[in-house]
Amino acid sequence: MAGAEAAPAIALQDLGRAYGERVALSGVTLSLARGQTLAVFGANGAGKTTLLRVLATLLRPHAGEVVVLGRRLPREGWAVRGRVGLLAHEPLLYRDLTARENLRFHARLHGVAGGRGEELLEAVGMARRGDEPVRSLSRGMAQRVAICRALLHEPELLLLDEPLANLDPGAAGAVAPLVGRGSGATRVLISHDVEQGLAEADLVLGLRGGRPALLAPAGAVSADDVRGLYR
Amino acid sequence: MRRAVEAVVRKDLRVELRTGEAVPAMLLFSVSTFVLFHFALDRRSVEGDLAAGVLWVTLLFAAVLGITRLFVAEREQGGFDGFLLAPVDRTSLFVAKAAVLFCFLVAVELAAVPAFAILLLEPSPWGAVPELVAVLLLADLGVAVVGTLIGALGIQTRARELIVPILALPLMLPLAIAAARATSPLLLEAGAQALPGRWLVVLGLYDLVFGLLAFAVFDFLLEE
Repeated sequence: MAGAEAAPAIALQDLGRAYGERVALSGVTLSLARGQTLAVFGANGAGKTTLLRVLATLLRPHAGEVVVLGRRLPREGWAVRGRVGLLAHEPLLYRDLTARENLRFHARLHGVAGGRGEELLEAVGMARRGDEPVRSLSRGMAQRVAICRALLHEPELLLLDEPLANLDPGAAGAVAPLVGRGSGATRVLISHDVEQGLAEADLVLGLRGGRPALLAPAGAVSADDVRGLYR
Repeated sequence: MRRAVEAVVRKDLRVELRTGEAVPAMLLFSVSTFVLFHFALDRRSVEGDLAAGVLWVTLLFAAVLGITRLFVAEREQGGFDGFLLAPVDRTSLFVAKAAVLFCFLVAVELAAVPAFAILLLEPSPWGAVPELVAVLLLADLGVAVVGTLIGALGIQTRARELIVPILALPLMLPLAIAAARATSPLLLEAGAQALPGRWLVVLGLYDLVFGLLAFAVFDFLLEE
């Protein structure tokens, strides 16, 4: 177990994943130390979300080796679940439940005390709207509740798919300490905001057609290098 | 497992109480079907085998409606992903959903069976209520187990409204036979007779076999 704790947060070796005939990811090899941030860039359909879902144990890798938090996937997925927080494109919230009810539901699944949800709602400025059904919230508000859901169990690894999408500057400022560098968690961050993504990153991965087109420390990557991925 | 089962059951019952998407539709379907039988059979009342057949065919078709809705929120609102990210036994989702479907069936029957008695039944069923309840509960357990399995399978496909009845009804055929045979002597015009124990055993075995099967394969149904 001590070895597992000392291992990198993420170690990928020739990771591949396909949907039927279509290859979504191929030949992804990288290592991310604990506490660091990997920024993932790429055009739509480049494989970013697939990578996130593999790391979250929601998709099985079809090729290569995947080690997350010292555990090999998919075999040891059970040991990784509950240590990972996923903020996906969809908020993963039940629309007919209120924000508080959603958080209570996820808190029970994760074995977390109810007070943690309240604390997070307060932190993202949603405490006053917490008793409204999610279906009545704006996209930005639902995104804030989704951030609370992803952070409820204080995950060691944060998988963030455009965490600031739909947020106004005030809300973005409120969630920054929770999902930004200050969170202290290891992060994989998908972003289309090149400058901001680079500023947050320690390591940069650029995907094109599911294959790595760019992999370098953030300091060695310019914004133009990243923009090249979208051409 | 208990923590996860409780969380999912509470959540689903709360959503149903708030939206009324499953139980009212199942109940309305049942009562409408009894009315249709009333006119289609051109009889003021039924008893024995015919009464048991009408009751069980209607309840099973109503159950299919509930099965079709069982995993909709999980599929459309990301509930599957949210659940799979939690450090809980995946089989707890099966147990929870089967419990929810069981509750839906009981809720429907609380109103549908009296409606059946009023609309169609010649003999009074009230003398055989404990026996009838025993048959209903055993059959509901089987429907809940098989229905949850089929619901989880169907939700992965685009044509769940087609897949669910196509798979569920043949699988529930033994249950329909056993339930109808067990119910028939309770609904005789001449008065309720003793409950045929062997059909209760068949129902119990059905529940057990499909329960074990579902327990073994449910994990695989959650794989992408």
